[in-house]
Order: sequence, then structure tokens, then C-alpha cells
Amino acid sequence: MTALLTLQSVSKRFRGLVAVDAVSFAVPEGEIFAVIGPNGAGKTTLFNLIAGAMVPDEGSIVFAGQPIGGLSADAVCRRGLARTFQIVRPFPALSVEDNVTIGALQRHRDVGGARTLAHKLLEQLELFDKRDRRAATLTLPDRKRLEVARALATGPRLLLLDEVMAGLRATETDRMVAILRALNRDSGLTILLIEHVMRAVMALASHVLVLDHGVTIAAGAPETVVRDPAVVKSYLGAEAV
Amino acid sequence: MIAQLESGVSRRGAALLLLLLAAFAVAPWIVNDYLLTVLIIILYFAFAGQAWNIMMGFAGQLSLGHAIYIGLGAYVAATLFIRFGVGPWLGLLAAIPVCAACGAVIGYLAFRFRVAGVYFAILTIAFAEFARIGFDHFDLVNATSGLFLPVSQHTHNDLWQLRGDPRMFYFVILAATAVVFVLCHFLRRSRVGYFWLAIREDEQAARATGIDTFRYKMYAVMVSAAVTSFAGVFYAFFYNNLFPEQVFSVSRSIEIILGPIIGGVGTLFGPILGAFVLTGLAEVLNSAMTAFGVDLPGATQVFYGICLLLVVAGLPEGVWPPLARRLGVGPRRT
Repeated sequence: MTALLTLQSVSKRFRGLVAVDAVSFAVPEGEIFAVIGPNGAGKTTLFNLIAGAMVPDEGSIVFAGQPIGGLSADAVCRRGLARTFQIVRPFPALSVEDNVTIGALQRHRDVGGARTLAHKLLEQLELFDKRDRRAATLTLPDRKRLEVARALATGPRLLLLDEVMAGLRATETDRMVAILRALNRDSGLTILLIEHVMRAVMALASHVLVLDHGVTIAAGAPETVVRDPAVVKSYLGAEAV
Repeated sequence: MIAQLESGVSRRGAALLLLLLAAFAVAPWIVNDYLLTVLIIILYFAFAGQAWNIMMGFAGQLSLGHAIYIGLGAYVAATLFIRFGVGPWLGLLAAIPVCAACGAVIGYLAFRFRVAGVYFAILTIAFAEFARIGFDHFDLVNATSGLFLPVSQHTHNDLWQLRGDPRMFYFVILAATAVVFVLCHFLRRSRVGYFWLAIREDEQAARATGIDTFRYKMYAVMVSAAVTSFAGVFYAFFYNNLFPEQVFSVSRSIEIILGPIIGGVGTLFGPILGAFVLTGLAEVLNSAMTAFGVDLPGATQVFYGICLLLVVAGLPEGVWPPLARRLGVGPRRT
């Protein structure tokens, strides 16, 4: 089991506030790894550091044997690390098909080839019937899946999902869980997700890391982590056990 | 090649386009000299609007200083012609890199230092103003006294030197407008075109999708500037005189962009339709005022203002997208 992504004591400060404090972990290749924690725990900041939207103040981020800390977001994506956004950001005025085609153009120089790949992914994400709709007209669950399709189209080895279940109803969550599990199983895609929906975390993740105030308070297998007293106290609440 | 040209164009759209082109082709034998001049001006604005649209409509970068590329193109070609006897087509070959380089400098400064949106637009105005003031003191091109191209009575049309009657100029600008239309059609459906649209829609999401936004925004500015340079060369040889105050003025930049805004930013047909609506109706207004013996200076500008107001309030996408849907040639999406 080799690590695809390794963080070594990564820190990020915003003036006085330490948003991410010496966080270290390794995401093994082919696994689904979840980062959980209460609001303001530094999860999205951690994500932005990995995805190149922010530069870490300290520590190293190594992806597939190469340091990527401080690379720009587009360079990180071209290395094989694609992300979605907590607040979805599809290209609103473009069609669903064009949204995914743009992602696929990272892998295909010709538009025709990219479009073929986009069709395949739209089938997989159950959006093919809506391919001619403008992205802005989609419902939230559809837009979330569209973002996943666009990220997948860039051909990532690691998919970063920022609260992709947030705002989804239970049936939609199950649908997304099924899609992600199939992706992981069929193509060996490694997934790193930030998630509040414990139902999804428990169903998907093989590893869980819990952040609170920027600090790792627990890490390990999901069943162990949810019984950790520190996690229960700071995040899950006593009734969750 | 032909199949590619047809991709994304409905049968009906193609038929209408051919009909329009045919109408343009026979127009010089039907209309009088005055209307021919109006048509030339319309096509000039359609061309320049199309060039501006590459930057704004495709890549979402608002330039309010496109007069700088018109002015540079005009001055480069006119100076080469007057001082060194170099013809306009060779002059164009010099104007293109000059304008692209100028666009690259403005783009680099803006994008490198993350000047975006309204601030980017202001920067483009500032550069056009620098150019205006700079050329006012540029003695090699006669500064404020202006440049004049020799006009002599020609017995025949010299296409190579762009000296001739309005009919020749008409066909030159018609061909140029057609070429840039086809160019934009291909650009829009190319890899670069898709990356531009992504940047226009959401730059951060575009970066997260692996697009080097700096690089593709630079391409947009440079291509737009390079294409615009031809409008400048045409301007110089059609009007035969150049003054910095005129060619680089902010109102020149605004005139160019009104057409595409009214026609529909980001559409291929918007700039052409917008040029027609604006220049066409403004000329109708002028003729009507002359006929009724009314003399109101600035009426055209007021008219432009009213058009802009109506379109912004009533048709925020511009005139073309709803019209295209009505004609049944619009895009098939909801």
C-alpha cells in the first residue's frame, strides 16, 4: 500500500489564526479517505492547500512522489489531482456537455475526442439526458454530479471532493455514494473527501481523519474514529454513539 | 473542412447566412453611393466588433480601449505607406505583430498583477489614452497635425495599394468581415475557444479544471488585438487621414463595442446585427432629420444611448439570441 498523497506537518495561518496546524497524513493509493470535523476546523483550507488555491506556510505536500505545495491550481490539476467546490461552480451559461468537455480537453487535444469522453462520463454520472441544458438550470444534486463529472474528465488519479453531499436529500446522498463507490472500485480512483454527512463517510471511507481547530484529533478506520471520546466530544455529540 | 464549417450550424442558419452573403454581394449594384458608404461603415463596425468580441464575448475580458489597436494598426500601415511606399497589405503584416505585442504588454501587466474586471477595463482605457497623448507628441507621424495619405484620381482600382472607389473598399471590408466571422466560428469551437468560455464563466473553476488562465487570457488579448489591427489599416486607407485625437479617442473604443453589446456579446452574429441596427438606424435618423430640416448636433449619440438603454433593460442577452430562437436558428438548449 503506497501513499499517493502525503502531507508532512502542513500549516497555514491567517494573521493570528492558525487554520491548519501541522497536519500530517497519507492517502493510500486506491482508497477513499475522509476528512471530517466541525465547522471552522480548517477542512476547506486544507483542501485549498492541496489543490493549489493557497500556498502552505510550512510543511510539504507530496503527490505521486512529487512535491506540489505552492504549485498553481491549474498545474496541480494537470498533475492528476482534480477537485470540486463546496459551493458548486459549474460554468453556468454553458451546456452540461460543454462543462464536461472543457475538463476532458485536458486529456484530449481535439474537441471531438473530448466530447466522446464527456458523453461517457455523463452516462456514468447519470446526466446524459440533460447534456443540452445550461448548467445554471440544473438542480443542486445535478450540479454536484456535474462538478464531479467535470473533475473526472480531467483524468485525475486523486479526486478531491469538498462536501459533495451537503444539501442533498438521503436518496440523493445514496445515489452519490453509489456512484463514487463504483468509480473507486472500477477504475481504482483514489478519493479524498471532506464531508459532514456521516452516513456517507461511514459508507465510503476506509480511512478517516478528524480535524478540530486546525489540529488532528483522531485518525484511523471509521469505526474506531467515531468511538474516539475526543471526536465524540468536539464533533459528533454524545448522542451519535 | 466544409463539414467542420457546418458543425454547430443548423441547415436553416446556413441558408440564411448564404442568403445574407448573396445580398451583400449584389448590394453595390443596387444601392446608391451614399448607402454604399453606410454599408462600408456598418461592415467596418461589424468587423471591429467581432474582433473585440473575441476578448470580451469569448474570454470575458472587457476592453474599453480597443481604439489603441485600431490606431496602432492605422498608424503603422499609413506611416509605412507614406514614408517608405510600403503597400497596405505588407503594412498589415507589420501592424499585426505591433498590435499583438501591444496587447501582450497590456495583458501581461494586468494578468500578472491580477488586475481584473472593472479595473482591467480602466487599464485598457488608460493605455488608449497614453497612446493618444503619445501620438500627439510623436513627430515622426506628424503629431497633432495628422497624417494624410495621398489621394489621386485613379482610373482603375488598385487592390494591392488599396486605392480606388468605394465599391472596392466595400468588397475588401465585406471579405474581411466574412473571414473574421469564419475565424471566430472555428475559434469558438476549438480547444482554445472552450478554455476561453470557461475563463469567462468562472476563472477559479477554470483553473481548478487545469486551465492555465494566464496563458489563455494572453492569447485572447493578442488574437483580438491582432485581428483589430486590420480595422485600423482599413480605416487609414478608407478615410485617408489620421489624427491621434480622433483615432485613439475613448469614443472610438465605445463605438466599436456598442454593436456587439446590442447584438449579443459572445455570439457570432451579434456584432454584425448590432452594427446594422446601430449604424443603420442612426443613418435613418440623420436622413429623417435632414428631410425635416432639423439640426440637432449629438442626436446620434443620444440615439446610441437610448438603444443601449433599451437593450440592457429589455434584452440583456442582446438582440440576436432571442431573434435567433424566433428564426429557428438558435442553439438547441433550454
